[in-house]
Amino acid sequence: MTDPGTTTPAHTHEGADGSHTHGDADASQAPTAPARPKLAVWKFASCDGCQLSLLNCEDELLSIAGAVHIAYFPEATRAVVEGPYELSLVEGSITTPEDVKRIHEIRAQSGTLVTIGACATAGGIQALRNWADVDEYRSIVYAHPEYLSTLDTSTGIASHVDVDYELRGCPVDKSQLVEVLAAFLGGRKPRIPTYSVCVECKLKGNVCVPIASGQPCLGPVTQAGCGALCPSYGRGCYGCFGPQDSTNTDSLTHQLRKLGMRWDDIVRVYRTFNAGAPEFEAASNKVAAGGAS
Amino acid sequence: MTHQLKDGGQVLNVGMLARVEGEGGMHIEIKDRKVVSVKLNIFEPPRFYEGFLRGRKYTEPPDITARICGICPVAYQSASTEAMETICGVTTTAEIQLMRRLLYCGEWIESHSLHIFMLHAPDFLGYDSVLEMAKDHADVVNMALRLKKAGNDVMELVGGRAIHPVNVKVGGFYRMPTLTELEGLKPDLERGLEDALAAVQLVSTFDFPEMEQDYNYVSLRHPDWYPLERGTEIVATSGVRFPVAQVGEHIKEFHVEHSNALHASFDGEKYFVGPLARYSLNFDQLSPRCQEAALKAGLGETCRNPFKSIIVRTVELAYAFEEALRIIDLWTDGHAPSVPVAPRAGEGIGASEAPRGTIWHRYKIDADGVILDAQIVPPTSQNQASIEADLRLAAEQWVDLDDHTLSHRCETAIRNYDPCISCATHFLDLRIKRS
Ligand code: SF4
Ligand code: SF4
Repeated sequence: MTDPGTTTPAHTHEGADGSHTHGDADASQAPTAPARPKLAVWKFASCDGCQLSLLNCEDELLSIAGAVHIAYFPEATRAVVEGPYELSLVEGSITTPEDVKRIHEIRAQSGTLVTIGACATAGGIQALRNWADVDEYRSIVYAHPEYLSTLDTSTGIASHVDVDYELRGCPVDKSQLVEVLAAFLGGRKPRIPTYSVCVECKLKGNVCVPIASGQPCLGPVTQAGCGALCPSYGRGCYGCFGPQDSTNTDSLTHQLRKLGMRWDDIVRVYRTFNAGAPEFEAASNKVAAGGAS
Repeated sequence: MTHQLKDGGQVLNVGMLARVEGEGGMHIEIKDRKVVSVKLNIFEPPRFYEGFLRGRKYTEPPDITARICGICPVAYQSASTEAMETICGVTTTAEIQLMRRLLYCGEWIESHSLHIFMLHAPDFLGYDSVLEMAKDHADVVNMALRLKKAGNDVMELVGGRAIHPVNVKVGGFYRMPTLTELEGLKPDLERGLEDALAAVQLVSTFDFPEMEQDYNYVSLRHPDWYPLERGTEIVATSGVRFPVAQVGEHIKEFHVEHSNALHASFDGEKYFVGPLARYSLNFDQLSPRCQEAALKAGLGETCRNPFKSIIVRTVELAYAFEEALRIIDLWTDGHAPSVPVAPRAGEGIGASEAPRGTIWHRYKIDADGVILDAQIVPPTSQNQASIEADLRLAAEQWVDLDDHTLSHRCETAIRNYDPCISCATHFLDLRIKRS
């Protein structure tokens, strides 16, 4: 259905600067790399929230635009500068045959490729289709399902091409996004914690939600990054940053049972915005298969 | 960049439409200086929300449906909480309603300032992006960033986060912000109100193409306020009005081949939701200050030129600042953040005014609170037919302009709607075919 000609930027902005900088992608060379590396922002199946995080950096936006050359970012600009791009930020998950092709093209013209957000790293909420009959979904929503071309799965970018760095969150955290950009420009690794939300919660001095009010909380198995937002507002974490490095989901499942949760509710808790992350997927399947641990 | 087609027609490819949320396509075919067809194609892969909401719990839609859109998550949260509360027969408190309105003001401020200054104004001022505009109009861009930030600050305090707020639940909030916290927002909101009122005058000086359409405007209506987080009725320019609960009898969705987003009709005809509709049907409910600013900017009590939507949006931006301040001034501490909501079997509708137009949700749940059926009708799909009608008129009216200028007009005409096609879109590839 999509016009074949639409998979690459269709026009070149005449007179745009920076188009001669070559695509040297080696981040360790960054200090001597050409000034203002080219940045491209791409979108697949998603809500636009993660790229909006970039525009929500009101205090930093103009300095970011000064440090990188925003060469392709349709949400923000009509101008299109052709690749290769030193840095590509990719939002959204792969859900159509056309997008499988498009992500390979993007990989080929990107030096460093960073995925941003739960859709791009784990398939997002739409990965719930991976457990369902997509034909049935099609006919629930659309009167003429035959008009649609879509895959039976929603998968993260790394399932299709090599990814240099994955930034978690639904949506990503603004300051973590700025840190990733700063690290790219400085030719170093981003300093993003891999410990759990529980650690952030303790640092903030929050009361532990499941202990205080018996609400379920995925904090112990979820990667930090939000500053323990939900517990600070008196609710349990629902896992929007995805699994932490070394999760112990069996132990969490056991705790959730102790809170009196039903098995089917525990399945739902694991299957939200990072349902397709391997750890959450495995934990939910285990519970669905008839209880765990 | 015009090139010949095999059939002798011409296609002008001006690339994908930028500065909208999501990506899609547009196809205009001109033969003998007559417009033969206009299609807005929405290619966004479907994300099947209505499908996977089935089997989820009645408490989940505020978190899940927020993810349909990063730009207007509160619209989804408000409509879904209201629908669930209606089904369960629960009325929340006046304070909870006020806090929802405040959160919604934050979203209006954030989304309207993003659209007005970063997505739409570059069209009128002749730039590709706000970043380029910043070189010549630094003070406007700095003001825009400040305005937008003030909206995000409201969302962060009341909602916990600006994108996909975490503090909203069926029945109210997890935690109420305190008066002290709210008062901390006031200086920026006061400054924002002044800036927004000045911006109304500023955008009214843009050069607007003459174009008027006889739209059937449709909007929520509330007896006491300008419609925002909720309304009691749905009203239309045609004179039809009915309680929100009957919306399904008047608005029908249907599926056309060239779009992945459903179209919709109102009593069988195309219609228009969004700031122009809200404004034209609720001018009397705007504050005196905003009414005055609007009239001074040359708007009438109704506005039929879609290009002037940028002025209307800026009037609404000022209104949202004023409302936010009014609510904070009314606020006192000590109110329960939520009321308990126990599930009961039934069906219900919730509606609110997203920055880009009326949105409504319908759910059916069982006695355990498991969702049996869900329908979500966002503004952009309702407006698709109106967008196409505008494009047709624009192409007919300006058929003699050169391709470059005509294309730019058509792109601007689409951006008039602030279309949020991320719920539905991939590439907006503008092609004009002449033969
Ligand atoms: S990860 Fe979450 S915030 Fe980001 S695009 Fe996907 S749904 Fe939106
Ligand atoms: S506490 Fe958990 S669910 Fe809440 S924002 Fe943080 S990671 Fe996301």
